[in-house]
Amino acid sequence: MKSLMLMFVFLMFLPVNAFRPTLLGNLNLIERTCRQTPFYDICIWSLKSSPESRNANLKKLAQIMVDSLKTRATETLYLIEELLHDGLALDPAMKKALTSCIERYNVIIKGDVHEINEAFKTGNYKFAEKGSNDAAMEANSCEIEFPAKSPLTDMNKVVHDVSVVAASIVKIMQTKFSVM
Amino acid sequence: MKIYVVFVICFFFLLFGNGRVQSLSMEQQPYRTAYHFQPPKNWMNDPNGPMYYKGVYHLFYQYNPYAAVWGNITWAHSISYDLVNWIHHDNALSPDDPFDINGCWSGSTTFLSGEKPVILYTGSDIMNRQVQNLAEPKNLSDPLLREWVKSSHNPLMTPVDGIDPKFFRDPTTAWQGPDGLWRVLVGNQMDGHGWGLLYRSRDFVTWTRSKEPLHSSTRTGMWECPDFYPVSIDGKDGVDTSSLDESTKHVLKASFNDSDHYVLGNYMPVTDNFSVDTDFLENGSDLRYDYGKFYASKTFFDIDKKRRILWGWIQESDSTTDGIEKGWSGLQSIPRSILLSRTGKQLIQWPVEEIEKQRTGNVSFENKELKGGSVFEVSGITASQADVEVSFDLSNLKEAELMDPSSVDPQLLCSQKTASVRGNVGPFGILAFASKDLTEQTVIFFRVFRSNDQYVVLMCSDQSGSSLREGLKKETYGAFIDVDPLHEKISLRSLIDHSIVESFGGEGKACITARVYPKLAIDNQTHLYAFNNGTFDVNISTLNAWSMKKAEIVSSTKRRKPHHY
Repeated sequence: MKSLMLMFVFLMFLPVNAFRPTLLGNLNLIERTCRQTPFYDICIWSLKSSPESRNANLKKLAQIMVDSLKTRATETLYLIEELLHDGLALDPAMKKALTSCIERYNVIIKGDVHEINEAFKTGNYKFAEKGSNDAAMEANSCEIEFPAKSPLTDMNKVVHDVSVVAASIVKIMQTKFSVM
Repeated sequence: MKIYVVFVICFFFLLFGNGRVQSLSMEQQPYRTAYHFQPPKNWMNDPNGPMYYKGVYHLFYQYNPYAAVWGNITWAHSISYDLVNWIHHDNALSPDDPFDINGCWSGSTTFLSGEKPVILYTGSDIMNRQVQNLAEPKNLSDPLLREWVKSSHNPLMTPVDGIDPKFFRDPTTAWQGPDGLWRVLVGNQMDGHGWGLLYRSRDFVTWTRSKEPLHSSTRTGMWECPDFYPVSIDGKDGVDTSSLDESTKHVLKASFNDSDHYVLGNYMPVTDNFSVDTDFLENGSDLRYDYGKFYASKTFFDIDKKRRILWGWIQESDSTTDGIEKGWSGLQSIPRSILLSRTGKQLIQWPVEEIEKQRTGNVSFENKELKGGSVFEVSGITASQADVEVSFDLSNLKEAELMDPSSVDPQLLCSQKTASVRGNVGPFGILAFASKDLTEQTVIFFRVFRSNDQYVVLMCSDQSGSSLREGLKKETYGAFIDVDPLHEKISLRSLIDHSIVESFGGEGKACITARVYPKLAIDNQTHLYAFNNGTFDVNISTLNAWSMKKAEIVSSTKRRKPHHY
């Protein structure tokens, strides 16, 4: 009886965390990972807003980031196409920049994201890092096409930052794969 | 007659009036190289299975037959009689079997007894595991070895017993021990650390993994493209991979962190024990083949000329969009001959002598004083397609600034102190891919510092001002060279070829390769300068520059076209 009482008291004083190892443990992984990326906020937001991040390991977190990249890039592409179809309102410089951005975003989605996913599938992760870094460069190249004010600044920045974070996580993944 | 003149004038007006001539040269591919190995189009990465067989040099390489991005990876195949001019043949290995359906990845060739070459390569299999496979020539009497047959025993090595199936690739050339067993290394990552897995076999089909890796490192992640080979201590010739000669040291090389690193050590063939002199990234030591863009490299023994030759993949520094527009991506370095330095502490590399056949139109200077703050043009050569060798003689060494190199990252130092930052002794060197107005320049230069009673020489390759174009990676690379300017001249050789410059400092003690994509300094608008932005004068002991002839790198199908007389 005494031992039962002791056990009960012992259990009462155990931290709550011990009973929720998966959730809080993984929040720790997300925190630790995002802290090592250049854009902590967008990293945390992108990962935490995905239900798949709950029990995810590092590789899965990288995949979530890449999926987010694809989504944001696709949204941006739709916006660019819409803007181009407002043909009457466009001056030639704006039209030229938007056309160039369409090419860049097609490359991000069909080139870079495709390469990244192939790399994840087969395990040649440095190509995932390369593809992510390139996506950031493409988004930036689109942004600087505009001689005056860019209608895509916010979206280009999101795509750029998400890509950089993805590359960052892939880099961490390559050096700490089995440990995390 | 008058009508004829009018006609000619109109023709020229048409040609130049609306800028037609300008746009033609832009379309043509200003970044394609003239004497570096590259396929006619599409994506290339790692060099694979290089070898010399029956008078022919072979190079295989990772290739995408369909696009200028990585994917659908096959082993493409080219041959040469001189390592400079090449003929592309049909692909040697395609990803069409369950054991390589997701890619015929990198690997090596080994000569079995009876001079029979075989290929060991990594397949990305139907379950997305990495496995090692064997392929043999279909017809040994074809000196071009155009066709290869995959072994019915494939896969020979699979990721079992705790091997991560995503970190198991790039088998080396095998070597034979005194017990007659073949040994091979496979790149691996175990618990986050780089490993060189060792396998042994008697018949080259059944392989047994050694309990211990040949070597491993806690300071690195995955080892890609490992290489393991002996070098002669007297440093005169290359040595066969299986050589058990005692007057050799062994080199272990691995690709990681975007560059190729090596360590030197002593190998005991009986016990397969490899003890390194200084380990990877130990005590600040970081020996690399090249301190710039150079990855996934591989050596082979050229039995004809007794040389150990190195190939390296030189990736693009532009964007995927650029690659798709160009229609191609990836180069190989000029093959380099490898020897152990006289100090025994590092390797020396030098472009194979055959490349010198491409030299033409020599421009030469001797004993030319370069005053502090001066620039002079090396004219009379095609500056976008050139070979330049220069040696500098320094007399004001005592004026060099103090610096303690032990805690300095040379690459960081080169980016912080670019060539526009005046020093005492240096910066001096060359401006490659320079535009006439110098708004574009790729600066390859030296700085000399004093540390205690010694001198420290820093070599930099700075691409930050190489192009007015945006959307490029314009990096700066740097390395310290083990050269004593008190007793020797500081030498530089740069091989310049449209979008690549391979620089060799100190007769091959430090190599830096860089990719550039100028906007203005292309084709005949490219200039080459020598410069000195130091406070003190520098003497150019000798400078030799040549235009380089275009190499013949063609597809075999072209040669099948009948002649019309």
